[in-house]
Amino acid sequence: MEYLAGETQVAVIGAGHAGIEAAVACARLGVQTTLFSLCLDAVGNLPCNPSIGGTAKGHLVREIDALGGVMGKIADAVTIQGRMLNRGKGPAVHSPRAQVDRSAYQREVKKLVERTPNLKLRQAEIVDIRLDENGRVNAVVTDLGGICHCRAAILCTGTYLNAKTFVGSFSRASGPDGLHPANRLTDCLRRLGLPIRRFKTGTPARVHRASIDFTQLEEQPGDSPIIPFSFETLVPPVNRIHCHIAYTNADTHRIIRENIGRSAIFGGEIVGAGARYCPSIEDKITRFADKSRHQIFVEPVGLDTEEIYLQGASSSLPEDVQIAFYRSIAGFSRLEIMRCAYAIEYDCIDPLTLRPTLEFQDISGLFGAGQVNGTSGYEEAAAQGMVAGINAAYNILKESPFVLDRSSSYIGTLIDDLTTKGCSDPYRMMTSRSEYRLLLRHDNADARLTPLGREIGLIADDRWADFQKKMESIEQEIKRLRGTHIPPSETLREILVSCGTPNVSDGANLADLIRRPQIGYRDLTQVDLSRPALPPEVAEQAELEIKYEGYIRKQLVQVEQMKRLEDVLLPEDLDYSQLRGIRLEAREKLGQIRPRSLGQASRISGVNPADISVLAIHLGRR
Amino acid sequence: MLKTIAAISTPPGEAAIAIVRLSGTNAAVIAGQIFTPFISGTSLNDLAGYRGILGKVYEGDTPVDEVVAFVYRAPKSYTGEDVVELCCHGGEYAAGKILRLLFEAGAIPAGPGEFTKRAYLNGKLDLTEAEAVMDLIGASGRSAMRAALAAKDGALGKKIGGLTARLTDWSAHIAAWCDYPEEDLIPVDPAQLAKSLREILSDMDDLLRGYDKGKIIRQGASVAILGRPNVGKSTLMNLLTGQDSSIVTHLPGTTRDVVTERINIGGIALNLLDTAGIRETDNLVEQEGVNRALAQLERADIILAVFDRSQPLKEDDIRLIGLLKDANVIAIANKTDLPPAQSEEEISGRFNQVVGLSAATGDGCEALEQAVLTALNLTGEDPASPLIANERQRLCLQESARSTQEALSAVESAQTLDAVGVCLDFALEALLSLTGERVSEAVVEQVFARFCVGK
Repeated sequence: MEYLAGETQVAVIGAGHAGIEAAVACARLGVQTTLFSLCLDAVGNLPCNPSIGGTAKGHLVREIDALGGVMGKIADAVTIQGRMLNRGKGPAVHSPRAQVDRSAYQREVKKLVERTPNLKLRQAEIVDIRLDENGRVNAVVTDLGGICHCRAAILCTGTYLNAKTFVGSFSRASGPDGLHPANRLTDCLRRLGLPIRRFKTGTPARVHRASIDFTQLEEQPGDSPIIPFSFETLVPPVNRIHCHIAYTNADTHRIIRENIGRSAIFGGEIVGAGARYCPSIEDKITRFADKSRHQIFVEPVGLDTEEIYLQGASSSLPEDVQIAFYRSIAGFSRLEIMRCAYAIEYDCIDPLTLRPTLEFQDISGLFGAGQVNGTSGYEEAAAQGMVAGINAAYNILKESPFVLDRSSSYIGTLIDDLTTKGCSDPYRMMTSRSEYRLLLRHDNADARLTPLGREIGLIADDRWADFQKKMESIEQEIKRLRGTHIPPSETLREILVSCGTPNVSDGANLADLIRRPQIGYRDLTQVDLSRPALPPEVAEQAELEIKYEGYIRKQLVQVEQMKRLEDVLLPEDLDYSQLRGIRLEAREKLGQIRPRSLGQASRISGVNPADISVLAIHLGRR
Repeated sequence: MLKTIAAISTPPGEAAIAIVRLSGTNAAVIAGQIFTPFISGTSLNDLAGYRGILGKVYEGDTPVDEVVAFVYRAPKSYTGEDVVELCCHGGEYAAGKILRLLFEAGAIPAGPGEFTKRAYLNGKLDLTEAEAVMDLIGASGRSAMRAALAAKDGALGKKIGGLTARLTDWSAHIAAWCDYPEEDLIPVDPAQLAKSLREILSDMDDLLRGYDKGKIIRQGASVAILGRPNVGKSTLMNLLTGQDSSIVTHLPGTTRDVVTERINIGGIALNLLDTAGIRETDNLVEQEGVNRALAQLERADIILAVFDRSQPLKEDDIRLIGLLKDANVIAIANKTDLPPAQSEEEISGRFNQVVGLSAATGDGCEALEQAVLTALNLTGEDPASPLIANERQRLCLQESARSTQEALSAVESAQTLDAVGVCLDFALEALLSLTGERVSEAVVEQVFARFCVGK
């Protein structure tokens, strides 16, 4: 029996990291939003590692924050250990990563969602999405028969669609953490004509802290001070815990090898495509047989729990084998598993059916974000949620679409990759995926995106004023460094020699000195007498802009080249099958992906420069 | 600002003139770097649109060809950008050389249909033109794809593939090392990286040098025969060609034009250029012949400098030796059938290669063949070995070498790995564009294939 359960403007299906960013962005843009979750105790769950950020993912979080999103601020509030990865490898690959308190994260997110104006949080399973006579979304239907009218809906179903978990030969219909799966929505998506695929991922065991002998493990302390994710976090979090590292050994590998046939993945029960970047321990041992040991990171799940997460040891082996191989590891001989490792398989869609706004090409008003689009990771999900949320709101407010290009951000790169190249296994962001990575540093995410966030309406006045002040100081400091000559002196000579770089007999320009790889801004304090007192992040930006100037300029030329093609938009109703002079393969690919711009078209595999030229000419004819 | 593109806009083959076209903001600046107008004090870049000017294209100080340059100023041009058209002499030599000089001066090769594409992007496209142009580009795209496939599967592809594999390996190693800092991967060792980059660079240099050889193998080398009058140049020409193509007399100064003949030595086609004898002369017609002979000095791949061993060196001989200082020369001590009138050192001390022969009897001909191969740097080289086939491929490789060099400099100056990685990506991109692959995919594939990474 169905009944009218009211109406909203945007319905967000799923309250994971994609759903939260999408719903909050929509609501903040003044659009009436309802966020549906299968279980209100699982809003903002971290079903895998209790951490946020990491290489390239940390960049995503800072970009979300720079646009006015929530993940960075929540993570900062519940960080229990923070580290900057890749120090020493260059600013482009520095990535912040934080261990967070899992339950505190959920508590904080739920509180924020509940207190956001224009946003309703509802526990319900959405089983149907209905379209009006024009093919536009006009309602979602709950399992209890409630029809909620809406103008747009955002699919953020994570790993819940027809989810199935595996431990050895045992399997059951279940979402992560034993939560209820969403079994009925896939049929609706099929009816809507969306191609459904099946992906797989996995998670390691959670074990009891007291069962670990930490004296046999390597300690992994946090950084001090911690660099927060949010540009608005003024008081950085402090380290409350230590992580540790354990190592597998020959015995561990033997146990796994002897029982490999009992693994759900190797036994053939799982049909989904697994993530290459996230191999199970049995995967690692099979594929890299010559490696004598693998690392396992021992990470506390929170401050008020004894549960410990074993990063690097996900598995779908039977429980008895898990116990045996974990216990073969030094420090784990008395290990007590609290939740065992499992693999999970779920339905998702092919992202090539999406536009760069994350709206489905063929269903007006339906958007997708997060793992349902074939990605993996909280941060990737949140990034998409942000873009889908803004576009769903824009769709209702009749604003022109919000699309970030590759040169603007990792968010733009992620969505362009998804909607242009697609993915055959769960997609993880990596710094090497960006050809513009010297421009897209975590530290300048605000310079890149906050003006956009302001334009969208997600950046408040006081934050905007602070941002402008910061940009001004950076510019002034760069100008000062370029224009300041340091005369020769004994102090300067000593500094240069101690940095291992040649002396300058006539003195030198400050910018020229900073450009030397061996010398940092801070090294020159003693001779830089006119240096103003600046916040460290301002000095850092000035230093990096000067130090990497040559490389940055090279990347900017690249960006400029690409811009010309990005700016030529392709009409949505273009019938590629009728275009003369374009090869058949290219016509098919173009017809399938329906690129938004010539730039996107040029990145489609199977479309060559001659095809693009012909396409450009066709555009001229219209 | 789009980069300035250049291409030969006339079809290949023999023709009276050929046109090399440039388009882009810097078109006149780049063309101005190699083109000097005859009217002194003017420069191509000062010209307003719709103007033409006569001058010479130079490679350094060496004139390449006499050229008429036309300048079009944005937006009044085919592409809507600044355009320069250089009308040079027909045939492959002059236009090819000019194009290469333009690339060295900063232009990049135009892709298929790129002039038209730019015309479109700048809103210049005449709609009625579009359809015809489109089919044309479509066809060139298909042939470019066949060429790319050939490059991928052919012998050149193997060499490029080897370079790509090594660069991708390093790029992937840096990517894995940066993207998975918490895995216990082998750190990237800068010393090893530098060493490997040096090897890669040296292999690239070999390939690039091979291009010049390859061009010689395909198109033949030009060989100019120079010498003062009546040392036996034409007799030598006739000996080599086996026919009387030059007028052979015993009157000094008989050959007043440049005579060309195509012969084959050791599997290599040689375009022989017989020339007027070089001497100081008051005869106007003869002087013109001498000037043309001297012009060959700059064009030829090899110069056969002929001396008459049966006579003492004359003033004109000494003058010629002076002119040949920087050229690729084989000295011929001709008339070995007559008693010598000079000591051997007089010639051999001044040239790398000296061949004694008798053009009249044919003695010493084999030694000359060997000397020609040596001069072309083709000894021990299998002429069928993998080589770069065209200017576009050469440019991609050169671009790749330049970025590899930048990566090497970055490593050597202790620059951080992210900067090194970006340079390597540029190097890879240039190489992969030969086979139509893309960098980030190639690197990501390698990361997962080679390294055990991931949580």
